[in-house]
Order: sequence, then C-alpha cells, then structure tokens
Amino acid sequence: MSENTPLLETAALRKLFKLRGGANLHAVDGVNIRIAKGETLGVVGESGCGKSTLGRVILRLIEPTSGQVFFNGRDIAKFKKRDMYELRREMQIIFQDPYSSIDPRKSVVEIIAEYMFIHKLFGNKLETFNRAAELMDMVGLARRYANMYPHELDGGRRQRIGIARALSLNPKFIVCDEPVSALDVSIQAQILNLLMDIQEELGLTYMFITHDLSVVKHISNNIVVMYLGQCVEFAAYGELFDNTLHPYTQALLAAIPEPNLESRLKEPKIIRGEVTSPINVKPGCRFAARCDYCMDVCRTRDPEFAEVSPGHFVACFKVSGK
Amino acid sequence: MPYRENLGDVLLNVEDLRVIYKTDLETVAAVNGVSFTIKRGKTLGLVGETGAGKTTTALSIMRLLPSTTGRILGGKAEFNGRDIMKFDDLMLRAIRGNSIAMVFQDPMTSLNPVMTVGDQIAETIETHNEKISKNEVKKRVGDILTLVGIMPQRMSEYPHQFSGGMKQRVVIAIALACEPELLIADEPTTALDVTIQAQVLNVIKELRERLGTSMLMITHDLGIVARICDDVAVMYAGEIIESGPVEDIFSPKAHHPYTAGLFDSVPDLRSDAKRLKPIPGLMPDPTNLPPGCVFAPRCSRAMDICAREHPKKTVSGAHSLACHLFGGTGA
Repeated sequence: MSENTPLLETAALRKLFKLRGGANLHAVDGVNIRIAKGETLGVVGESGCGKSTLGRVILRLIEPTSGQVFFNGRDIAKFKKRDMYELRREMQIIFQDPYSSIDPRKSVVEIIAEYMFIHKLFGNKLETFNRAAELMDMVGLARRYANMYPHELDGGRRQRIGIARALSLNPKFIVCDEPVSALDVSIQAQILNLLMDIQEELGLTYMFITHDLSVVKHISNNIVVMYLGQCVEFAAYGELFDNTLHPYTQALLAAIPEPNLESRLKEPKIIRGEVTSPINVKPGCRFAARCDYCMDVCRTRDPEFAEVSPGHFVACFKVSGK
Repeated sequence: MPYRENLGDVLLNVEDLRVIYKTDLETVAAVNGVSFTIKRGKTLGLVGETGAGKTTTALSIMRLLPSTTGRILGGKAEFNGRDIMKFDDLMLRAIRGNSIAMVFQDPMTSLNPVMTVGDQIAETIETHNEKISKNEVKKRVGDILTLVGIMPQRMSEYPHQFSGGMKQRVVIAIALACEPELLIADEPTTALDVTIQAQVLNVIKELRERLGTSMLMITHDLGIVARICDDVAVMYAGEIIESGPVEDIFSPKAHHPYTAGLFDSVPDLRSDAKRLKPIPGLMPDPTNLPPGCVFAPRCSRAMDICAREHPKKTVSGAHSLACHLFGGTGA
C-alpha cells in the first residue's frame, strides 16, 4: 500500500460483542489496514458499520477479540497494562461529541493539563500549566478562556479543547473519531484546517473516522470504506473518487446531495433497504441484499479483499472476480 | 404591496416577525423582523447555522413556542389570508396537524414509544375528523403508510421495532395524515445516514408532487436545498440576509458575504483544494447583537458603515439581499 514502513498496521483484527443468548455482534470483522507515518487514513461508513469500534480497538480502549495491531512494528494487542500506560503518550483520540467528552467540572486549562499530570510530564504545576497555555495558543484558543468552564464555550471551542488535550502528551498518532460532525459547516471548516495545520507542523499520523465522504476527501491520503465491520474498498483519495469500484462506495457517493443545481436535474441513484443486522452474520457479501449487481456467488461466499490495480483494493465478486 | 395582487398564489405570508426568549437573567433576540412568503405548491428552504433562529421561526408559525420564555413581539403570519398570530386556542387546534403539519428533527424522540405506529397516525386523523368510522381510519392509516413506503402490516408495531429512517417516514406519515396544505420540515434528515437521507428526501419529493403540498424546509445543508427547494431564504442571527429563487442563490452572481462564505466552507466533492475557506469567528451573541449589520464582525469585506448602520434590503427581481456592499443603505 505504501512504500515507507507503516506506523500502524492491523492484521485480521476482529471485535465480536457477545450478546445475551450466545449471539455475536460482528462490530469489526477481519480488518487489515495500514497507515504510513505522517499520512492520514480516512475511514468512511454509515452508522453501525464499526468504524468507531475499529478506532477504539486500535487504541485498546476496547479489547480486540482476535487479530493483531502493530504500532511501530510492535504488536500492542499483547501489551500489558503497564506498557499500555507508556504507549498512551504516543496514541491519542479526539472524540466526536465535544459536549460529553470533556469534564464539565474542570476549567479549560485543567482539562488540557490533566493528561500531563497523569503522565507526570513536568516536575511542577507551573510548568504544566504553562505548557497547557502553549497548547491553547497552538489550537487557537485565546488564553482568556483558560479559567472558564466548558459550558461557557461553544461547540467549536470545546472541540479545540479536545484537540489540545490530545496533543498534550506529544503523540505520534491520533484517532479522530468524527471530530467535526457535531459542528456547523463554517466551524467545521475551521477545525478541519486546524487539524491539517497541526499535522503538518508536528508530523502527526491520523486515522480520521467520519460518515461524510466530502470531509474525508479534504484531509486523507488514503481512504477505506467500511460496511458492516469489513473493509469493502481501499484506495488513495484521488483514485477512490475518480475510479469508484465497489457498488456500495458508488451508492454512498451518489447519495450525497451536492450544493449545486445540476444535482437537482439528475435523478439520484438510491440504494434500497437499510443496513442488515450485524448479529450472527451469515457468509456471503454483506452488501448483497442491497446491491443491484448481486449474483448467486455473493450470497454464498465472502468476497476476497483483492488488489485490482496497484494500491486499490476491493472486496466484490463483480469487480475482482474473487 | 406587490404580493397583494396574487394573494391566491400565496399560502403563507410572514411579515416582520419578531420573537424573543425572555428569562430573569437575559433576553435573547431570536428572530428579528423576518419576512417571507410561501407560494402554493412550492418549497421554501430556510438555511442557516445553529442558533440562527430557523426553528424558532417555524415554532412561531405553529404558535408552539415555550410559553414560559418565548414571546412573539410583533409581526404577522397570514395563512390563507388569516393571521395566525391572532388565533385563539380553538382555532390553533383546528389548523395544527390539519392544515399545517410539522416534521421534527429527531425521529427517535418525536414518536411515542408506548403507542403503536398505526395508533399514532390514527390519532391525528381522529382528532381532526370526529365522525369517521374505525374501519375508515384503519384504511387511511394503511394508505398513508403505503404512501411513505412502509408495509401496512407493520401498523401494529412499536417505534423501537423500526430503524431510524423508517421512524422518520412514520413521522412524515403522521404529518401527512390529514393532507396538510403546508408541511414544515425541521431538519428532517439530519439524524439519518446519507443513503437513508436520500431515500427520505425522495419520499418527501414524491409526496409533494402527488399531494401538491407546500413546504417550509429548514436545513443547514445546501446540498438538500439544491435538490428539493424552489426558493431559498438564508438566515443569520435572527434575520433573513438573502433570499430568492434557488437559481439566483446558486448562480455565481452578487451574494451576501455570509452566503458566499457558507458556500466556501462546504467541503466540495469535486474540487481538489486541500484547504477549506472557513468564515472566521462565531455567530454574535443573541443577547447582545451588534448595532449595525449583524454579520459585520465576521465579514472580510466590512466597511465603516457596516458597524454603524443596519443594512436595508436591496431587491432585484425576486432576489433580495441586505448588505451595504450592494447599495443596502437604502437612504
């Protein structure tokens, strides 16, 4: 997929949630992804496709059922608690909802400094708070907000707190779990630009989880499309949009209402039905029930995630024949 | 006034609507002199960001503002020529759900979890048709469910047995049960996935064509506006700063800097530009609005006059905008 050694790689990563009565919910089902240093992987899919679970399993906020996660070449799925504590400095997460992911009883500067206190980054309070103030400058939060509480700030500023907090331990890798979907468009653009600037400045690697293909296009080097716990298509961002192969990706793209009048005239191609249940999934392509090109083989066998052209992977019998 | 001449075409005429939310501590100026008209069979898109006053405008038309804090200070909303602001409770009851219906943003919370879907649709029909037989109600519930693409057999199921998209269709079915003349849809697809959003939008589009319903579509998504609206009104800090037919708003002619900024900040699927062009700053505090143009503090083209004087509307054809750049002084 990429020439240089990947910073993060997963191999056959699975997370099954056990339900009452012995059923299994397949949240993440055999995912192989690779993210090179300094790049951004966009993870796209609809709600319930397992994209957030994937992000959390990679950080081991949720324990994987099986499979491996390699960070800098080491399999962190086997790490003990002590090792994970050390590793947390290098891997961070920015959450979706800036309203519920920050402590309402702490002031802005205390929230940003919290991780640094936990990891004892500095010897004393003063240094820690000075660093927190620097982080506020970096994410564009005026220092006069330092002693305010989250409820006094709007969504965009709260998300900046979340970003400053994620940056506080100087991580190498950040999972951005829908960081802009709770924000208004004009604020969304501010936060996306900020994330890109910080990445350039600090050489960060992102995994950017979102349901919005147009957002992911702006920020990603590579994009993976997920459907019901599996990857269905992977490609560089230009390739994915110019040469969309998987019927699901095509449907996703067609469903986005574009802000121009040409879209008014053309009748949108709409996929029927809804996402099927991820509980005790049967073999076969998971998109088969909604797919216009469904063949007999699609209902009996899992399609292989095959490379159809260099760097472009698709799991579909119609496209790859495998 | 020009619209008087073709009153027959105009279904809803809102004029100089002013709404505040008043608490002991502060007064929020939510809607400040909003005027618009909706013609029969047409869809008006009310666009704006969170806190622009879109939902407050819709709730005022239905007279559903929270009674403890919300106050309508002035203005009128003429529906079929009669001012809703002067209606008493009985008259309001007669039109709510019957001639004006509303679809709310969140389908998960706008349905009753302990009532079957069929009963919830029947409730609306029975409220507005006292002498209707049980069987006829049932038949109409079945018809309306078919109309929104749900099998009539599912009418005895409860909301939790439906998915998000299906629930929103049920909410639309309730709204359409009495074949209203005006449907107010408050961000009907915001809580849904894109593929489901496309399905629901198609249902709305089809029904509008079949029943000839007029619509007030509240949204923050310019893509949805392009797909289904005939006219557009852009709202900012409680004011309509630009309005006109959808062709005018989406054409590259003179626009209010806020409208232009909105278009620039939407990530475009077709462009390769890596950086987005956001509008700097935030919406002004509605308890303390700037004296001049409400957008002036964020506007890159602001002049001296913008901070002092409130711009008046400049009209060219059906397209109007309120900005000093385009001779909005109106002096």
